[in-house]
Amino acid sequence: MRPFTYERAADALSAVKAVASTPGAKFLAGGTNLLDLMKLDIERPTHLVDVGRLPLAGIESADGGVRLGGAATNSQVAADATVRALYPVLVQAIVSGGSGQLRNKATVGGNLLQRTRCAYFYDTTKPCNKRQPGSGCGALGGLNRNSAIFGASDHCIATHPSDMAVALAALGASVETLSPDGSSRTLAVQDLHRLPGDTPQIETDLVPGELITAVILPPPPKGGQAYAKVRDRASYAGGLASVAVAGGQVAFGAVAHKAWRAEKTEAALAAGASPAEAVEAELADARANGRNAFKIDVIRRLTVATLAEQGRGA
Amino acid sequence: MSSVKDWAAPNPITENRGGLIGKGVDRYEGKLKVTGTAPYAYEVEPPSPPAYGYLVTAPIARGRIARIDAAVAEASPGVHFVWTHHNVPAQASRGSRANPRSQRASNPALVGDRIEYFGQSVAFVVADTFENARAAANLVEVEYAAEPAVVDFAASLDQADQPPGEEDVHIGDFPGAYGSAPVTVDETYVSPVQNHVQMEPVATLAWWDGDKVTVHTSIQMVKGGQHALAETLAIPGDRVHLLTRYIGGGFGGKGQPYDDLILAALGARELGRPVKIAYTRQQMFHGTIHRPAVIMRVRLGAEPDGRLTAFAVEATTHCARNAIFTEHAANFSRNLYAAPNRLTGHRLVKMDLPGAGPMRAPGEAPGMLSLECAMDELAEKLGMDPIELRIRNEPDVDPETGKPFSIRQLVQCLTEGAQRFAWDRRNPKPGQVRDGRWLVGMGMACAIRGNFLLPAKAGVRIDADGTITLRQGMTDIGTGTYTILAQITAETLGVSLDKVKVEIGDSEFPPAPGSGGQFGAATAGSAAYEAGMNLRKALTELAVGDPNSPLYGGPAEYVTFENGLIGIENRTEALAALVARAAPEGVYVEGSISPAADARDYSQHTYGAHFAEVGVDTVTGEVRMRKMFGVFAAGRILNAKTAKSQITGGMIWGVGTALTEGNAVDPRYGSFINQDMAGYLVPSHADIVDLDAIFLDEADDKANPMGIKGVGELGICGAGAAVANAIYNAVGVRLRDYPMTPDKVLAGMIAKGL
Ligand SMILES: Cc1cc2nc3c(=O)[nH]c(=O)nc-3n(C[C@H](O)[C@H](O)[C@H](O)COP(=O)(O)OP(=O)(O)OC[C@H]3O[C@@H](n4cnc5c(N)ncnc54)[C@H](O)[C@@H]3O)c2cc1C
Ligand code: SF4
Repeated sequence: MRPFTYERAADALSAVKAVASTPGAKFLAGGTNLLDLMKLDIERPTHLVDVGRLPLAGIESADGGVRLGGAATNSQVAADATVRALYPVLVQAIVSGGSGQLRNKATVGGNLLQRTRCAYFYDTTKPCNKRQPGSGCGALGGLNRNSAIFGASDHCIATHPSDMAVALAALGASVETLSPDGSSRTLAVQDLHRLPGDTPQIETDLVPGELITAVILPPPPKGGQAYAKVRDRASYAGGLASVAVAGGQVAFGAVAHKAWRAEKTEAALAAGASPAEAVEAELADARANGRNAFKIDVIRRLTVATLAEQGRGA
Repeated sequence: MSSVKDWAAPNPITENRGGLIGKGVDRYEGKLKVTGTAPYAYEVEPPSPPAYGYLVTAPIARGRIARIDAAVAEASPGVHFVWTHHNVPAQASRGSRANPRSQRASNPALVGDRIEYFGQSVAFVVADTFENARAAANLVEVEYAAEPAVVDFAASLDQADQPPGEEDVHIGDFPGAYGSAPVTVDETYVSPVQNHVQMEPVATLAWWDGDKVTVHTSIQMVKGGQHALAETLAIPGDRVHLLTRYIGGGFGGKGQPYDDLILAALGARELGRPVKIAYTRQQMFHGTIHRPAVIMRVRLGAEPDGRLTAFAVEATTHCARNAIFTEHAANFSRNLYAAPNRLTGHRLVKMDLPGAGPMRAPGEAPGMLSLECAMDELAEKLGMDPIELRIRNEPDVDPETGKPFSIRQLVQCLTEGAQRFAWDRRNPKPGQVRDGRWLVGMGMACAIRGNFLLPAKAGVRIDADGTITLRQGMTDIGTGTYTILAQITAETLGVSLDKVKVEIGDSEFPPAPGSGGQFGAATAGSAAYEAGMNLRKALTELAVGDPNSPLYGGPAEYVTFENGLIGIENRTEALAALVARAAPEGVYVEGSISPAADARDYSQHTYGAHFAEVGVDTVTGEVRMRKMFGVFAAGRILNAKTAKSQITGGMIWGVGTALTEGNAVDPRYGSFINQDMAGYLVPSHADIVDLDAIFLDEADDKANPMGIKGVGELGICGAGAAVANAIYNAVGVRLRDYPMTPDKVLAGMIAKGL
């Protein structure tokens, strides 16, 4: 860890201004991802602006949906009665992530902006375009069982590890942000993260200093909801692949640089295709990278099964 | 030298009048541990504020340091010094031994420019804070001249050689018998590198008083650490005071010293103040030893009635080029099943990887993953129950040596376990039992692990207040050693547990070999028992010779020690009263144990049987445990609670071995892919449901005076194979490549049209 300075923001706008005006500054929320990466010398912020204590932790009903404060913890969200009633897929996704201790610290904003778990990104002796642009991609041609099957590039095949984001994508949630100029905007969760292309180090469309103030959940779509996650052990493990279903909306996790909204599957379902046909529509775009070919099978089978189970629950 | 016959007579432990032997008493140091007040090496309070060390490690598998420049790091805030191979203080050359009786040779750090494995230490930074040391470590500039390295085990099998000094064991005519056997199995099984991932990393705190160094470190063998440090620093052994009082897991990985021990001591000498260092989690993976990968070919030939006629187990494994170690994965099979024609042996590939070494049940743990599945495969071919197949091949005497067994209750373990687990629920045809999306299956496997007794000493004193203190250069790596030593001492002297103090983990105490090979309880415990018996003698003489004692005049041969009283016939006296009056300065004696001359005339092992029930998700290939049960026969059990914790801990490790644990080498770099516990997956609580174990009544009078045996390693032996067999029974997919992760299970299911 390199020397850095720290401040606790008084309000959201001053937090945003502080980060925007200090080169190398970052927001600090639960710290469960950022601090680990700093210890490993992967993240090297010069200045941390702590947003964990801003009044951004509220969970409120709004327009038939719910507004989750950007600093609400994962545990708070998963325990909220309204969220539990309206968005079971979100609750299932959150509690499938990490451990109880992590979820007590992890926040809505931090969870969305957590970085990949690619082992080559973590091992600073390896080439990694995301960590060190231009150095190459260690995972390509490596032990890449957990790499992306959708939207990967020759520069990066990493996946985004958030479970929560997959449920949010399926629910059609959007992110509300505050920019350094004081303006606010919203963007769909599945548009928050970019595909790696040739700049895998740039992971979102947020501008420096832009703060996630909330996630807006629209009213739940008609139909059942379910989150299904495949992992090596029963708990406390990142996903190998996951599927979120909310009515006719479907998203996949651990298969791309972002939560992957399966729009082709959705369109096929809407057009009356069977679940099996609908998932093939999406999988036509899937590409294996050596050791991750099994993910295609997992997504195929898990989507069909989850849609079937959700159909029964609806 | 003693004979096992000397151990047959009843003694205070076997009589167990106080009832402390076998009782599940709480851990002696449990309260300290759960309240966070047991100081582990890195947390011990030094006499003055310490400086902090941090290692820089090599990112290549083999080559040379072409240039190393620490100038920027040295100028970094708070840095006291940076050592590289250019300026590290002189140390004795690697492997040298000034004192021929040293248990370990010199083990210098940072010497020379050669890189022998990924993760080797190349520089050592010492600063005023941990953070400053770590930040400076990133500023050490190193250029490497990499050389081609042999790191891909599967691609290097053509380089496999006979391990030095070993030969294959041939009995009868294996090729002939195998060739004519009506039913055969010939399969190859693969298990990966495993890492110990102890909760506590290796760590050392060191300081000097004049020419004597005190080190608090995390090591399983007190004398080994003390001697290695003395040899490396070229100082006499008695100038090293090594303490290792609490150890957060060892599992064999801390059986040897690492650079932390040497560099903390050298650094403290350089600075004239305490220095401490702990490996990071990431550094643990390469900087300490691992269990090597093993490829095992098993060939079995049997008659239609199940009797084995031909039996071959051949293991190929790997080790570091300059640290020869053989994972003896075939050894266990020499003592397990009867078969007249046998072939067992090992091959070793020397590689440019970090050191391979012992890990919980070295040999058996990976080895049994093969044979115990092959037996399952054979049972299926024979149309026979796998338990019945084992019973048909139960030998009367050791199948390799022909020696009698000291005691062998393997069949009892099998039958008792089958009954309690309700093995008869199992449908022998795979893929038949559905539970919603899941297919459910059951599997079993045998367990065997050798039992050992090594020479050890112990000291025990009684003070005027009646407190009895046992002292021994023994370690407790979480197994319960403190507790069983207290129980043995209390029972031997007929006092309650609260009268006994146990002090271990100190090189100035009478030596014991430490924790390893599941020999700890038997070895250290027997020495404690002998010391206790000697204290009984000393106290008897004291009482019988003291005119003020009611016991004056004897007869000494009728002495009893019970309820804190020493008694002869109807006369008794409190031990505390006797000592306070007749020896107010206390009485101290030592005792020792050594293996009986004729102990090796017997085939001596611990045994068990594992039963597993799993569910396999037919959609995803995920395997989840539903039930696991084990029955074990391991001599007299000293503490029901700590023994069960050891055994179930081993079984849980077996679950991890079958389902999640393992590391893989990226052949481009010679490094392990998993370098933290988010990647290297040991079972979580949710993975372990309904897991239980029992011990059969047993006392092995050929083992030691107490009739006890080890339990620390037995639980893992065979456990993973039981899980693998259950997977097969569930879905009919026979995987032979551990761990059986969803990708592999799913591929097997898809191939079967599931
Ligand atoms: C062992 C382990 C296992 C895990 N397993 C899982 C899992 O199975 N599934 C899963 O989904 N996750 C898992 N996680 C990840 C965990 O969910 C994330 O670490 C956590 O959600 C991050 O939230 P945080 O608040 O701690 O973020 P921080 O670490 O504080 O921040 C993360 C990033 O987000 C930025 N940031 C934080 N808040 C905001 C904001 N409001 N606006 C803009 N930027 C912001 C920070 O600058 C930083 O770059 C695991 C983590 C660990 C350590
Ligand atoms: S996949 Fe992406 S994160 Fe992983 S090594 Fe390649 S560039 Fe880095």
